[in-house]
Amino acid sequence: MARAVTQQRKIINTTAAWAVGLLIFFPILWTILTSFKTEATAIADPPVFLAFDWTLENYGVVLERSNYARFLWNSIIIAGGSTILGLIIAVPAAWSMAFVPSRKTKDILLWMLSTKMLPAVGVLYPIYLIFIKMGLLDTRAGLIIVLMLMNLPIIVWMLYTYFKEIPGEILEAGRMDGAGLKDEILFILTPMAIPGIASTMLLNFILAWNEAFWTLNLTAAKAAPLTAFIASYSSPEGLFFAKLSAASTMAIAPILILGWFSQKQLVSGLTFGAVK
Amino acid sequence: MGQIQLNQVTKSFGDVQVIPPLDLTIEDGEFTVFVGPSGCGKSTLLRLIAGLEDITSGHIAIDGADATNLPPAKRGLAMVFQSYALYPHMSVRKNIAFPMRMAKMPEDEQNRRIEAAAKALNLTDYLDRRPGQLSGGQRQRVAIGRAIVREPSAFLFDEPLSNLDAALRVGMRLEISEMHERLKATMIYVTHDQVEAMTMADKIVVLRAGFIEQVGSPLELYHKPRNTFVAGFIGSPKMNLIEGPEAQKHGVHTIGIRPEHVQVSKTEGTWKGTVGVAEHLGSDTYIHVHETGLGDLFTVRISGDIPVRHGDTIFLTPDMEQLHKFDENGLRLP
Amino acid sequence: MATQHSRSAARMMLAPAVVLLLGWMLVPLIMTLYFSFKKYLPLRGGDLGWAGFDNYVRFVTSSAFWPSVQATLIIVGGTLLITVVFGVLLGLLLNQPMWGQGVVRILVIAPFFVMPTVSALVWKNMFMDPVNGLFAHLWKFFGAEPVVWLSDASLFSIITIVSWQWLPFATLILLTAIQSLDGEQLEASEMDGAPVLKRFYYIVLPHLGRAITIVILIETIFLLSIFAEIFVTTGGAFGSRTLTYLIFQRVLESQNVGLGSAGGVYAIILANIVAIFLMRIVGKNLDA
Repeated sequence: MARAVTQQRKIINTTAAWAVGLLIFFPILWTILTSFKTEATAIADPPVFLAFDWTLENYGVVLERSNYARFLWNSIIIAGGSTILGLIIAVPAAWSMAFVPSRKTKDILLWMLSTKMLPAVGVLYPIYLIFIKMGLLDTRAGLIIVLMLMNLPIIVWMLYTYFKEIPGEILEAGRMDGAGLKDEILFILTPMAIPGIASTMLLNFILAWNEAFWTLNLTAAKAAPLTAFIASYSSPEGLFFAKLSAASTMAIAPILILGWFSQKQLVSGLTFGAVK
Repeated sequence: MGQIQLNQVTKSFGDVQVIPPLDLTIEDGEFTVFVGPSGCGKSTLLRLIAGLEDITSGHIAIDGADATNLPPAKRGLAMVFQSYALYPHMSVRKNIAFPMRMAKMPEDEQNRRIEAAAKALNLTDYLDRRPGQLSGGQRQRVAIGRAIVREPSAFLFDEPLSNLDAALRVGMRLEISEMHERLKATMIYVTHDQVEAMTMADKIVVLRAGFIEQVGSPLELYHKPRNTFVAGFIGSPKMNLIEGPEAQKHGVHTIGIRPEHVQVSKTEGTWKGTVGVAEHLGSDTYIHVHETGLGDLFTVRISGDIPVRHGDTIFLTPDMEQLHKFDENGLRLP
Repeated sequence: MATQHSRSAARMMLAPAVVLLLGWMLVPLIMTLYFSFKKYLPLRGGDLGWAGFDNYVRFVTSSAFWPSVQATLIIVGGTLLITVVFGVLLGLLLNQPMWGQGVVRILVIAPFFVMPTVSALVWKNMFMDPVNGLFAHLWKFFGAEPVVWLSDASLFSIITIVSWQWLPFATLILLTAIQSLDGEQLEASEMDGAPVLKRFYYIVLPHLGRAITIVILIETIFLLSIFAEIFVTTGGAFGSRTLTYLIFQRVLESQNVGLGSAGGVYAIILANIVAIFLMRIVGKNLDA
């Protein structure tokens, strides 16, 4: 495989890749830059790229006006809650399928995946109705449950893949050493699977954070997370690019950072192990 | 204490019976080796004793108490795995401490035992390392240390040396034997290597396809193999088994003669053959002889060195005292 | 292999996940089926009795149905085409030796992490706004008349936004697949005298076949149900009303639950057809 690459070719590759990369990243970059402009500079023609008076004023306005903190808090609670709840249910399930497989294991795994394929819109009204009946509409608890169920197949699947890589003999050694089931999962399996569990958490946190069908349809004011916060900007009143940018930046920044950490696990997580 | 009794134990995976009804008693303090070719069910048998697999029918008793349905943790046995199965996220100290931690042993007693085990196994300097930072032999020792500290009623070893290189294997073999002498504990040891079986065991159990072919001391197996399978499996190089006219001369179906029980001469003897490959080990010479008219390749083991070359004609004389006789079912005749 | 003990424990531990998912699947599904056979208008009289297959017939015969199918297919097809083609090219490019590969990777992946409402809004306003958007500035700079993207070219605009979101996904998976290509195989073909294009066509592309199929299937399932992008940009106007959006409007906006549920059943059937193919591939992989 190793072969000397000419310097010239490497320069061409680098230039091309960086150009494409920056082009793809540009909308995000532009949003971030715009968030530091005044509204007037934001729509200036010709557009100003870097040479403007940087200001934090937009962030102040957004924070003041729309109660950003509450939306953020809702997002954190909903995404975090659904991920943790999902893990609590998925770790035992993945353990049992990875280490005590039966003839039905494969079918169960595939069936779990198939629930993920159910289009949300197909069951919108029933869920809506159930939510009203149970008083879950516009509550964080309701969204936590729905997003947990929505992502549960992915969590189970990812954990299953990671657990499969742990040699069974080590768990048997634990059993011989007197570890009960609880000890086995708590002291042996979980610490060994921490990298896998962490990336599973990360990916699901991201998916839950960005989920925009149920969060838009099942919340009003109280439990609305950042997806709804941003959607509320879709009916513009006057000049607002800079503020929109500031709000957007605040909504995506945490996830962008987390996402960059999880990119390695992203592929096998999103393809259910079909591409590694 | 550590007497283990298997009573009519069977194991099936689905429709396949891997262990037909089997009776076996392992006495307290005995070093028992299960030996046999791969797939003979020896590891399965060990795992049944450990409780890592359910038995399909029959009973297992440990120290006279029924243990058939006890989970592994409650059987008071310790196991050393082929892959060592150390906990990669724990230091050596924590690995060794783990079974005691599970047993909720007082901390100072734990430490005392860890120190003692580490000293006995030359691990004192490595207690704070992770398994990943250790050599194969050291990992093996940690696995043994983890087994020792529990003071189990019996030790189970599942091919523990097969991942080590040849030199280390001999060393560890001695250490395990030494440990057995010191602890006087019951040990059950699974291997496919008959040399390990011969050198370590008090009692060898030879298995084939789930059946016990013979149980006995190493020398019993060597001198009085119950059938042709055991005869061929125990001893190295393998026993020469001869069928046909030469066997009929002795009025039996098969005769067997070990390579070391044959005299070699360049001039005269019972059988004549041509030298094929001669392996010179220095202390011994193995000569593989063709064209003896006795069927397969015939192997001879001579003490010391002997100047034979490929293609030489050679005469062989078996030691009649050491001749083994088998009937048409392969069973030993007196 | 295990003992009876661990097997029963395993069943216990699997149970919560299975029961929950079973409930999550069956309860709403049965309710949707039930409603789809009802004349049910919560704000105009509520349950008005059984409707037989009326809702199914009405949903399909309504004037909005075929345009919505068409819009769905154009958006899904267009996005798939763009993401797969550019995904392969980008994957090949990123696989080349270069400086700062890690950083470029991060730049390319970033859009995937942007929440759909944000990317829709950013594109809608800052790029596609006919007065102040960057595109408008660009068009004016070249002396052209700015395009009113979201009304005059609504489908194209939505495809652009959605492709931007999904290109990273396709690139990442295809890049992973390219990286798993055996370098010796390529060298062997080079020794055999195959020129670059032939090497790509006969060796790289077949190797990517499976990954491309997976990208297509997974994207299709997600794209069939895109919602926020349309909700935020056009609200379903200007011919951009997809099947998903149509059902959403029937159920929540005009509160015709029976009709919307019938549409939902159609959507479920459609998604299942795609899902079956995906499951086959994933299932095959499980055996290995």
